[in-house]
Amino acid sequence: MKISKIILSFISAVAILLSTSVVSFAKVVGDKIVLGAAISLTGKYSSNGVHTQNGYNMAVDRINSMGGVKVGGKTYKFEIIYYDDESNPKRAAQLAERLISQDGVEFMLGPYSSGLTKAIAPVTEKYGVPMVEANGASRSLFTKGYKYLFAVLAPANLYLDVAIDLAVEKNNGKPVTVAMAFEQDAFSQDVRLGVLDAIKRTGSKKVIDDKLPKELNDMAATLVKVKQMKPDVLVVSGHTKGALTAIRQIAEMKVDVPMLAMTHCDAAKLSKQHGKNSQYALCASQWHKTLTYKDNFFKDGMKYAADFEKEFGYDPPYQSAESSAALLVFKDAFERANSFDQKKVRDALAATNMQTFYGNIKFAEGGQNVDKPMVLFQVMCDGSGKCENKVVAPTKWASAKLIHPIPKWSER
Amino acid sequence: MDFMVFQYPMITVQACLDGLLLGILFALIAYGMALQWGVMNIINIAQGDLVILGGYIAYFMYLYGIHPAWGVIVSPIIMYFIGVGIYKLVINKVVDRDLFISILATFGISILFMQLMNFAFGADVVLANSGYGTTMLFDNNVTLPNSKIFSAVISIVFAIGLVIYMKKSKLGRAIRATAQNSRAAKILGVDTEKVYAATFGINAALCGVAGALISITFTIHPYMGLPYTIRSFMIVIVAGLGNLPGVAMSGMGLGVFEEFADYILGTEFRIGAVFLLLVLILVYRRFKLSRKREYLK
Repeated sequence: MKISKIILSFISAVAILLSTSVVSFAKVVGDKIVLGAAISLTGKYSSNGVHTQNGYNMAVDRINSMGGVKVGGKTYKFEIIYYDDESNPKRAAQLAERLISQDGVEFMLGPYSSGLTKAIAPVTEKYGVPMVEANGASRSLFTKGYKYLFAVLAPANLYLDVAIDLAVEKNNGKPVTVAMAFEQDAFSQDVRLGVLDAIKRTGSKKVIDDKLPKELNDMAATLVKVKQMKPDVLVVSGHTKGALTAIRQIAEMKVDVPMLAMTHCDAAKLSKQHGKNSQYALCASQWHKTLTYKDNFFKDGMKYAADFEKEFGYDPPYQSAESSAALLVFKDAFERANSFDQKKVRDALAATNMQTFYGNIKFAEGGQNVDKPMVLFQVMCDGSGKCENKVVAPTKWASAKLIHPIPKWSER
Repeated sequence: MDFMVFQYPMITVQACLDGLLLGILFALIAYGMALQWGVMNIINIAQGDLVILGGYIAYFMYLYGIHPAWGVIVSPIIMYFIGVGIYKLVINKVVDRDLFISILATFGISILFMQLMNFAFGADVVLANSGYGTTMLFDNNVTLPNSKIFSAVISIVFAIGLVIYMKKSKLGRAIRATAQNSRAAKILGVDTEKVYAATFGINAALCGVAGALISITFTIHPYMGLPYTIRSFMIVIVAGLGNLPGVAMSGMGLGVFEEFADYILGTEFRIGAVFLLLVLILVYRRFKLSRKREYLK
């Protein structure tokens, strides 16, 4: 008898606890605006997941300490509920359901990676929950007619087409030959489509079009073909693995190519892991700290980078910067909507037109940011072997001159 | 389909050499698997994860300024004790059970290792730079990274060392006796429990060597173990248990097969081709076995 009583009281205690916690988690409580986010804290995306979370947290602290969000004459503070999606799209979708239907979250921040954003977007769309995401660049996210999805970053097809234009420009406007190696995931394939568009537009020719597997750690075959075909540009995109593997094997196999363009050099800490071997690589980036965009919260890129480093102990990759920008966008939209009605906030988000330290933000019909070009930086090393990323394109933002063509290995 | 590999003789040579060097490394991992499969009747799904863990040991040495090549000495020593530890904790409880239980247990170990490595070392792809340079052959048309040559040589040295050890040493003889008939060995005074622990340790040590070599030649990542398990499983299936020359040959064969599959079908189908080959070989072996049975009838 006693035991059943204990069990009963335990169950009721848990039930009471649960019911109160649901209430306390609802969208806007007291002076708090509660945002929800599923983030990859474990699993294969965990390092970029942490960059994303750090970016969010940094912006929450900054906005809260600088007066918070003013809606209807009252001041509110941001708070984020995080769940770990284990880098798994199915889990991410479940967690989005949970955040919305159990925790009562009415506004969401995006997860890390295009794949996970793709898994969550249908859920937020179903419930009419506005989501500002900062790490899903796949073009397919913006062609589905989603009304509640907003991305502060430039879509994936714009990552490397700049490189082809640059190569053509350096070739006195004449078409070039391009070798491509892309991983078979949504993001890299979108980057590939962008490159293909650029090839078509400039009348260039693709000579190699290889696909890389997920479990890539050897791309010697592709590089042997590159040696044989001698293209003007080699384009590689396969997340961190792709960048690291390419640089290692290009150096080991002494592959000479006038221009090497890739993605994810930031995240791969390319110059740190490979030192001088990574020199001259061109990397697509959403953001670089030397860009001169400004806002009231973080001032500019250099200040942001310094503050971020102070707080988290490392130089912010663009994944963190864009995540911070997502909160600036939310704050701006809440204040313009002057309401917490989801529809009104959604409309305010759609009408966003602002500058942040990360870049200009203005959303197209599909939700992608159309007001912020990608930048290309080049890894440049000094005599002592210390390497730095310097922006070389577009010319407006360039802090160094592009070195082209890449010197041959025999002359280095 | 792209038959460029056959159109340029230099590419054919390159593919063969790359494949052979890679295959020797695979054979080393497969040899460890064959050893414990033969002795303990355990198929170790966590084989690849042990390899990756060994790689991380070399990587950390590299981070602390020690040349990663020393990893081929340090990593097997640490991995030996980790192997013995795993045996004492888990494997000794499943060693006499049927194959299914042991596959399940090692599968669990594999998941645990992946998550622990992810937790401890992070999800970043990492590598250790050996700074070994490149060997150019045939008028610079064929390039062989010295790190690959180094890893093949080290693999061969370890394999030969192990063969001699198994033939000459007391423990080696005990291991072979246990593999032939564990009950008889026990009756004759062999401490089979110790033999099992040592076998698992030796296998883990071999994985440690291979892992150190992989961190020098390729990249490592907490979730990259499975392809190595599959490859060694396949090499052992082709070669049969306890057939070391067979393991070496089928390892190199698989390496070359993979390289050619890479050129002809594309890099994306490389692991797929390995899986396909595995299925074909299993079907073929079944077919052969069923014919043998008929003959016996």
